[in-house]
Amino acid sequence: MNSIIFTAGARILVALLFVFSLFMLLRGHHLPGGGFIGGLIGAVAFIVYSLARGPAEAKAALRLSPEGIGMVGLGIALAAGMVSIFFGAPLFTGQWYWVGGDSYETALFSINSVLVFDIGVYLVVLGGILSLAFAFEEET
Amino acid sequence: MTSWLLVMPIAVPFATAVIAYLIRHSVAGRYVSLAGSVLSLVASIALLMAVLDQGVVAAQMSNWDAPFGITLVADYLGVVMVVITAITGLATAIYALGEIPERLEKLGYHALFQTLIAGVTGAFLTGDLFNLYVWFEVMLISSFGLLVLGGTREQLDAGIKYVALNLVSTLVFLSGIGLLYGVTGTLNMADLAGAVAEVEDQGLITVIAMMFMVGFGVKAGVFPLFFWLPASYHTPSFAVSAVFAGLLTKVGVYALMRMFTLVFVGDVGFTHEILIWVSAATMLVGVLGAAAQSDFRKILSFHIISQIGYMTLGLALYTPLALMGGVFYLVHHIIVKANLFLVAGVARLQAGHTDLYRIGGLYKSSPFLAALFIVPAFSLAGFPPLSGFWAKYLIVKAAIELDAWVIAFVALFVGLLTIFSMTKIWGMAFWKPHPDGIDPTPDRAPARIRVPMMIPIVGLAAMTVVIGFFPEPFVQFAEIAAMQLLDPSDYVTTVLGAQR
Repeated sequence: MNSIIFTAGARILVALLFVFSLFMLLRGHHLPGGGFIGGLIGAVAFIVYSLARGPAEAKAALRLSPEGIGMVGLGIALAAGMVSIFFGAPLFTGQWYWVGGDSYETALFSINSVLVFDIGVYLVVLGGILSLAFAFEEET
Repeated sequence: MTSWLLVMPIAVPFATAVIAYLIRHSVAGRYVSLAGSVLSLVASIALLMAVLDQGVVAAQMSNWDAPFGITLVADYLGVVMVVITAITGLATAIYALGEIPERLEKLGYHALFQTLIAGVTGAFLTGDLFNLYVWFEVMLISSFGLLVLGGTREQLDAGIKYVALNLVSTLVFLSGIGLLYGVTGTLNMADLAGAVAEVEDQGLITVIAMMFMVGFGVKAGVFPLFFWLPASYHTPSFAVSAVFAGLLTKVGVYALMRMFTLVFVGDVGFTHEILIWVSAATMLVGVLGAAAQSDFRKILSFHIISQIGYMTLGLALYTPLALMGGVFYLVHHIIVKANLFLVAGVARLQAGHTDLYRIGGLYKSSPFLAALFIVPAFSLAGFPPLSGFWAKYLIVKAAIELDAWVIAFVALFVGLLTIFSMTKIWGMAFWKPHPDGIDPTPDRAPARIRVPMMIPIVGLAAMTVVIGFFPEPFVQFAEIAAMQLLDPSDYVTTVLGAQR
């Protein structure tokens, strides 16, 4: 795409989209959002970037191969599910540690395996969608 | 901690896939894959022990009680499929050490392979219909990847047909799931068993049942939905086609067996009657299709179809004996069919081609391979005392007990035609001299490649012989599996009552 408006606008859009995708990721679990939708928005950010500057530059900006990101994400998600083995609970049972309270309402924040799982999903979706998108852009 | 017994056969291949992908550029990747396959087998045998001990094992993932959470459940049928998947996985992982070139390994062969195994295992263990759909997708994506890996023209052609037709099947399946959820409000299979019976409009249930039959039927490759199978199975590497031939269609058969014994049993006279004639047509068309082929793997591919007919027939006749035969047939067929494809790979390696008109002389040059071909080939045709004899015997006996003489005749006639195809391969690939005057001795391939390819063939052939000579424990196992299928109350109470 050779529109200068799009190329200039893409700079702002990409940054905004990416921040929004991270926001969606962190907002998940208790509110609408989460790893899947976050990963999709993150992938959109890179796709906009590659439409504006070409897939080669988008790949350089990603630094790692999208397939690798997806596979690492799968590993992280699986590992997060496996954490519950140490607590004697079935696979994927969320493990929560509340800081400054004992529930969602009272605690300041929590350390939990669910967010780690969501990060894994985020990476799987980001990597999966981008590997498809880059393959398509190279074809055309 | 039974829940972890159920999780491990799925989690191990997934973890192996991740590691194998990350180190795909080093030779260590293939050994990671091999180690993963060994661990999977250990995990499945541990699960088998638990099932033998308790009958049915179930667990709720994430600790959400059924019918809301995702249930993993293993009864006799489920667990034997998991074990046989792990065995086939291990056999082909060893085979791949010899066959798969480094170029494909660097493209991520082992990761895709392990993901496929995880998908197949997941489909056998899940107790939730939507989850079953997810496993079907995992299988479809990874098998498509394996099919086109390497990217030759024939492979892409086969891959497109394969994926397009399988997507149609998934679409029908998914629509069926949607409708079923709309009618009953649950997707947990054990919960469905009760919920479906309470629905007033049983006609609607039968319609949904037919959608499932079509969806699973495409996956299983029954008449008239099988045409994607012979169009694609002869193109990928032999290790891949052995896994496909052994496992993929059987997931469809398993899903049919599960749904049409547990959930859709309201109108057996209608649904299972259709299945009987579908099975008969599947057997006949498959075996006749094979007679017209001259490519090693294409003949075998058509035989998969004809053999699928026997398994669905076991389900369709719907008596304890028939279901027992069906389960026995499933297990026997996976071992035998995977082995035949592996033999085809070695034959290609030594004689240079898979077209039967362009090879020959294998009997004279490598009698050992010929002997190893005879075992699964005759077992497939149902020669006593090999495993296939008992499988066919049970099915035919069940048909005769129901006075279904036509069906029994078709089953026996198809067995006869199977011998015809097997002797055709025998005559052309093994007996006649090589048309190019080559002497296809084993040392035409380096031992580094040939030895890992021979090990699984020997192992699987040995299993066929063992099942053939000592069928008693296997038949007993299949009998209990059939009892559990016909009376799913144990399954239902275990799933709905399963806690941690």
